[in-house]
Amino acid sequence: MIEKILVLEVVLPLLAAPVCVLVRHPRLCRLFSLGVVAVCFAIAVAVLLEVRGGGVISYQLGGWPPPLGIEYRVSTVNAYLLALVTAMALVVMSFDSRGGPPRVPEQRRHLYYAVFLLCISGLLGITITGDAFNIFVFLEISSLSSYILVSLGGHRRAVMSAFYYLVMGTIGGVFFMLGVGLLYQVTGTLNLRDIAARLEPSLDDRGTVLALALLVVGISIKLAVFPLHHWLPNAYSFAPPKVSAFLAATATKVSFYLLAMVLFTIFGAPFVFEELRLQAVLLPLSILAMFLASGAAIFQADLRRLLAYSSVAQIGYMTLGLSTANATGLAGGLVHLFNHAVMKGGLFLVVACLLYRVGSVHIDALAGIGRRMPFTSAALVIGGLSLIGVPGTVGFVSKWYLVSGVLERGWTAAAVLILLSSLLALVYVGKVVEAVYFRKPAETQPIDHVREAPLGMLAPAWVLAVAAVFFGLTTNWTYGVAREAAELLLAGGI
Amino acid sequence: MTSAQWFSGLWAYWLIIALMMVGLYIVIARDNLIKKVMGLNIFQAAAILFYVTMAKVTGGTAPIVPHDPAHPGGHGEHGILYSNPLPHVLMLTAIVVGVATTALALALAVRIHGDYGTAEEDEAVIYDREHT
Repeated sequence: MIEKILVLEVVLPLLAAPVCVLVRHPRLCRLFSLGVVAVCFAIAVAVLLEVRGGGVISYQLGGWPPPLGIEYRVSTVNAYLLALVTAMALVVMSFDSRGGPPRVPEQRRHLYYAVFLLCISGLLGITITGDAFNIFVFLEISSLSSYILVSLGGHRRAVMSAFYYLVMGTIGGVFFMLGVGLLYQVTGTLNLRDIAARLEPSLDDRGTVLALALLVVGISIKLAVFPLHHWLPNAYSFAPPKVSAFLAATATKVSFYLLAMVLFTIFGAPFVFEELRLQAVLLPLSILAMFLASGAAIFQADLRRLLAYSSVAQIGYMTLGLSTANATGLAGGLVHLFNHAVMKGGLFLVVACLLYRVGSVHIDALAGIGRRMPFTSAALVIGGLSLIGVPGTVGFVSKWYLVSGVLERGWTAAAVLILLSSLLALVYVGKVVEAVYFRKPAETQPIDHVREAPLGMLAPAWVLAVAAVFFGLTTNWTYGVAREAAELLLAGGI
Repeated sequence: MTSAQWFSGLWAYWLIIALMMVGLYIVIARDNLIKKVMGLNIFQAAAILFYVTMAKVTGGTAPIVPHDPAHPGGHGEHGILYSNPLPHVLMLTAIVVGVATTALALALAVRIHGDYGTAEEDEAVIYDREHT
C-alpha cells in the first residue's frame, strides 16, 4: 500500500502544476498548491516512519522491474530528505506574501504557483528516484523552475542573476549527464543500486575516475561548494524573498544528498576517501568556505546578501561533515541540512516580513526597527543565535556533532577552525542585531509608520524560529534519523 | 597501444571534447548574452554526441527487430547485431531539456535587454554600477 502512495509524492505536484495553469485564479491556486504540498508532507512523514530502523520502500514505475525499469526507492536517507523538503515547502507556501512576487501581475500569478509546484516536484523526484538518468531529468526540472522563480524578483538584477544561475546550472547539469554517461559505459546500467553493485572502482580505470570527477564537479556547482558558489549570493539576494527562503532551505540540501549518494553509495567510502583521498580537496575547500564566505558576509550592507554569503559558509560545514567520512561527522553534516534549512528558511522569511513593512533590508534602514517590529526582530535574533551555534539552538547541535566527528578523525586543527569560524558568524549576526536594537533610526529614514508584520507572515517565520529552539533542545528526531542515514550511507546503501 | 592507435581509435571522443571546449570558451569569453546561450548549446550538443557515439556497436544495425512469420510476436533470436538504442532514447529527453533551457535563457535575455537596454554583459555591469 505505502509503495503505491510513494509515487504520488512526485506525481501530485507534477500534475498540480498544469491544474494551476488551467484554474487561473490566484487565490484558489495558492490554496490548492498549499493543499498539495500538505498532502506531500503527510506522505513523506508516513514514509519516514515506515522506513525508520532499516526499512526500504520500492515502487516500480509501469510495473517494469529494476534494473530495466525505473525504480523509486526510499530508505531512511531519502525519506529524511523528503520530509525536510516537503516540510520547508509547506511552511514557505503558507507564508502570505501579500501580492506575490513583484514582477508578476495579478492575472498571471497562477503561473507562479505552477512553477513553484514544478520546482518542488523536481526536488522530490531527485530524492526519491533510484535511476541515474531520471535524477538528471528531475535535476533539470527543478533547476529550470528555480531560474524562473529567481528572475521574478523586483530588481532588474534579479533577471541578470537568474541568467548567471542558468548558465552555471546548465554547465553543472551537463557535467552530471556526462558523468552518468561514463558510468553507463563502464557498467551498462542506469539503476543506482545496479551501478553500485557492478562498479569496481580503481584508480587505474580512467573512465571511472573521470565519471567521479564530472559528477562531483557538476553537483558541486548546483550545491555551491566554495569556489563554484559565485551564482548563489546574487540569486538569493535578488529573488523574491519567499523564493529565497524556499531555495535556501531545500535546493542546496537536495544537491548535498546527491553528492553524498554519489560518493558513498555509488563509488563507496573506501575508494573515495582511502584510495582517491577526496578529503584532501574537500576539507580545505570547506574550511575556506567557512572563513572567506563568513568574512564576506561581515562586509555586506544588505541583509539578504549577508544571509546568502552565510549560506555559502554553512554549505562549507556540511561538506566538512562529508569529508570526515565517519558516522558522527557525516551525521553532523546531515543533521546540519535540516538545522540550516530551519534557521536560514526562518531568517529569509523574516527578511520578507521586513521588506514588506520597511521596504528595504539595507542594514542602515533597519536601525531601531526592534521597537517597531518586536516579534519579527525576535525571530531574527533566534535565527541569528542559531547561525552562531549558541547552545539551545539547532546550530549548536550540528556544530557539536561536526566537531566530534572531526576530532574522531584526529583533525584537531579543523575542530579549532570550526569554532573560530563561529566567531565570524558572531560578528555578522552581531552587526545586524546591533542595528535592529541599539541603533537610533536615521533621520532621513523615519520608521514611525512601520508596524508589526501581519500574522500571515509572522506565523510561518515563528514556526521556524520555534523549531530552531525546539530541535536545539530535543535532538532525538533530527540527530537520530541523521545518524541512521549516515550509517546507512557509510555501509554503501540508500 | 601506440599513440597513433590511441588517436585513431578514440577520434570521436577527441572531436567531442574539442566541441565541448569550444562551447565552454564561448560561454566564458563572449559578453553578448545571445552568444553565451549559443555557446551553452554547443556545449550541450557535445554531451549529446557523446551519448550517441557510445551507442554505436561496431557492425551493429539499427535496433529494429525484423518481422518473423514463425513467431507472430516477432521477438525471435536472429543472430543480428544491433546498436544500443538506450542512449538515443535518453538523448531525446536531454534534447528536450536543452530546448527548454535555451528558450528560458533567450526569454531572460529579452528581459535583460528590456531592463538594461543592452544584451552585452559588460555594458550591463557598467549600467548597474552607475544606477544603484
